[in-house]
Amino acid sequence: MSWAPLLVASAACYAIKLAGLSLPQRFLRDPRIQRTVPLLPVALLAALIATQTFATGTHLVLDARGAALAVAGVAVLLRAPFLVVVAAGAATAALVRLF
Amino acid sequence: MFTGASQFALVGIIGAGGSPWAGAATAALVGTRNALYGVRLSSLLEVAGFRRVVASHFVIDEPTAMAIARDKPAESRFAFWATGVILFSLWNLGTLAGALATQVLPDPKALGFDAAPPAAFLALIAPRLRGREPLAIALGAAIVALVVLPFVPPGVPLLIVALLVVAVGLRPAR
Repeated sequence: MSWAPLLVASAACYAIKLAGLSLPQRFLRDPRIQRTVPLLPVALLAALIATQTFATGTHLVLDARGAALAVAGVAVLLRAPFLVVVAAGAATAALVRLF
Repeated sequence: MFTGASQFALVGIIGAGGSPWAGAATAALVGTRNALYGVRLSSLLEVAGFRRVVASHFVIDEPTAMAIARDKPAESRFAFWATGVILFSLWNLGTLAGALATQVLPDPKALGFDAAPPAAFLALIAPRLRGREPLAIALGAAIVALVVLPFVPPGVPLLIVALLVVAVGLRPAR
């Protein structure tokens, strides 16, 4: 693990925040920017959920993590608190691997 | 780096064997929403110079939500700084505790810890999935990521998803 990507990513994340407080308002008020930017975290985190659950390296797999995600999904639908959702997911994976 | 979803994304990609640079790019893209928070906050906070340099660090989900929920500017400013300082302290103490704990914990897979991040991400994005468009975007992104995954290096599926979202979002209004 080299430090360069971490430092660059950290600098970028900070610069984005500073830009939000500093840039002229009209640039970031552009309706297309306003529409696109909120979609990025939703799409990227959804993609991350999928790849961390249904893949190992570059292979698609279905294992205990799939069951864990399903249980976490039910917990979310039941409006469970954040920590309960996370614990339910981890516990499900651990249990499925046990049996 | 003090913006949770970006940190999780970076660690998640590197942990899955992806390129650290793909992780860095994804972390930055996940952090772009903070720029919009800054736009919303700049008129409330009215910070300049050194105070802006410090305030920028706290421009993330929670302090923004607490600040814009207040009616009076003075209360907004207090909510922003109080939430920011408390969150920053506890978050980084938690990160340190986690880093130290890895040295004493047994096999993380036996405890299901590898299934914890997806569950956490799901809980994070759930409030943003109300309405047809975000839900369609999320499902589409998940499917695209899995379809391209066998053919590209780890971490790259997320960059492909990001490019598609930008292309869809910036298309001319009909």
